[in-house]
Amino acid sequence: MDFQLTGEQRMLQRMARDFALKEVQPHVAEWEEKKAIPREVFARMGEMGFFALPFPEEVGGLGAGYLAYALAVEEISRVSASLGISYAAHVSIGTMPIYLFGSRVQKERWLGPCLRGEVLAAFGLTEPGAGSDAGGTETTASLVDGEWVLNGTKCFITNASLAGVVVATAVTEPGKGSRGISSFVVPADAPGFSVGQRYSKLGLRASDTAELVFADCRLPEDALLGERGAGFRQFLTALDGGRISIAALSVGIAQACLDASLEYAKTRVQFGQAISKFQAIQFKLADMAMETELARLMTLKAAWLKDNHLPFGREAAMAKLFASETCVRAALQAVQIHGGYGYMDEYPVERYLRDAKLMEIGEGTSEIQRLVIARNLGC
Amino acid sequence: MRIVVSIKQVPETTEVKIDPAKNSVDTEGLTRIINPYDTYALEEAVRIKEASGATVAVISVGPEKVDESLREALAMGADEGFHLSDPAFEGSDPLATAYILARGIEKLGPYDLVICGRQAMDGASGQVGPSLAEELGLPCVTFVRKIEELKEGYIRVQRMTDDGYEVVEGPLPMVITVVKEINEPRLASLKGLMKAKRVTIPVWNASDLGLDPARYGPAGSPTSVARLSPPPPRTGGEMIEGTPEEQVRILVRKLRDAKVL
Repeated sequence: MDFQLTGEQRMLQRMARDFALKEVQPHVAEWEEKKAIPREVFARMGEMGFFALPFPEEVGGLGAGYLAYALAVEEISRVSASLGISYAAHVSIGTMPIYLFGSRVQKERWLGPCLRGEVLAAFGLTEPGAGSDAGGTETTASLVDGEWVLNGTKCFITNASLAGVVVATAVTEPGKGSRGISSFVVPADAPGFSVGQRYSKLGLRASDTAELVFADCRLPEDALLGERGAGFRQFLTALDGGRISIAALSVGIAQACLDASLEYAKTRVQFGQAISKFQAIQFKLADMAMETELARLMTLKAAWLKDNHLPFGREAAMAKLFASETCVRAALQAVQIHGGYGYMDEYPVERYLRDAKLMEIGEGTSEIQRLVIARNLGC
Repeated sequence: MRIVVSIKQVPETTEVKIDPAKNSVDTEGLTRIINPYDTYALEEAVRIKEASGATVAVISVGPEKVDESLREALAMGADEGFHLSDPAFEGSDPLATAYILARGIEKLGPYDLVICGRQAMDGASGQVGPSLAEELGLPCVTFVRKIEELKEGYIRVQRMTDDGYEVVEGPLPMVITVVKEINEPRLASLKGLMKAKRVTIPVWNASDLGLDPARYGPAGSPTSVARLSPPPPRTGGEMIEGTPEEQVRILVRKLRDAKVL
């Protein structure tokens, strides 16, 4: 057993951190205010190699592994969770299904541009009536004269209006339940495909979240991803990997809460001394540091299992659940440590709290994670 | 054109711990980075490469871990890396280090220009660049803030001085040391690092370099650090309370009392 990062992983982590501090940090307030991240940021991340990290070299990836990617997601999210979720969604659930299940033609068309950041990807699974119950998908796809025709609506889709390609699920065999769902690779310029209004959100405001509308959306027959009826299995696989990235994102937020709180506590003077000298504050900081480290450990373990081709679904669910709840607790305590200032938007911790809450909801709620873990226990 | 950039690996920290036994910085557990001043040297070399197709060789003296910094330099755009490493090099002073570097640079073959940072962030002697030029028998221009012209056998640079700059020209090969005003170093890319993994970096020890044992390590170092102490911690400063008008009045009075005004 070895808990050390490799030299390569440490260097990648530091490069991701340098990038986050130099090229993300100065713009975070502006992006949140404008509720958008400029497209050039994604192009730049693509150029630096962020999106290519976990993919093998044969498809233009860097072959650095999922663990290195998780470290990068943490470092980006520590500075901007909005950018972190756009990054995670693009790689883990947007691009990954194309890599895992795509045909040679689909991979050749999309992987290069997605890995280089020329095209952003989104994952269209959630529907107004199918959230945790993703098997309840109502979007349909029928084969008409050699073309797929899709009808339906997807909601809460990260990167929706930025995406050049969307992997979306639809029912191809009505009445067959989860085995009747298939996935499709939908170019953003497909006829009948459109992006609805962007949502106004509690947190992660700079990230792009919108509705996808399929109104007699026509796709060639080869737009099907993998096999017909394999959609349910495919998205469960994609979400397993996605959970590691949300866990990493959560660790990034928790670490940011600790960083800000520690700095504040060391400089804020009350009753004649820095508040970090008071045990009441020390205990909060100690708990934040401990839980953040534990969340990081589990996240990296899940990523390590994935990199070593071992089963990781249970660990990914545990990491996602623990890390997301950790970052919410850390954010609440960060605001508390900052007192009245913590409630004001001049300090970043109110944003951390707003951003953190989504971690307990997206890519499987805490309740769903507990179900996944319980099922893994044989319940 | 071939450009050699000499880099040093230094600990990244603002809270340096000092190892009293060794009279040096305790680097255990610290992140090691390329000396920030050297990143300006590297950036300048890579810019010349991009503008005119030069190749950039990066060279460093130090223990095994220096390999990471050499690869980071490759990730920033250098083409070749050379690692000069031998346990006997430990304790070399700037002159001995320059001697080792000079023999390494001679061994790596023909070159046109050597670029160094003005000094290291940790030792801060600022001597390795000029000493290296001496060892190589080359002219040296320090504190370069701009390269005005560079062509086969000729270079013209702006050399920063306390109250302006001098324009200096001379023949190549030459050693220059650069200041941070010269450019804004790029970030090493993740992509570049993964590519750099495949580059073979030769490691040369004292016998590979044919060094004179009397000229490196503690025995070959005419200077040694007698004592090393951390800078005094910054004192608190004084907060002036009150309305802006009151604050200004108090501040002006204090500055007068202190004979600043």
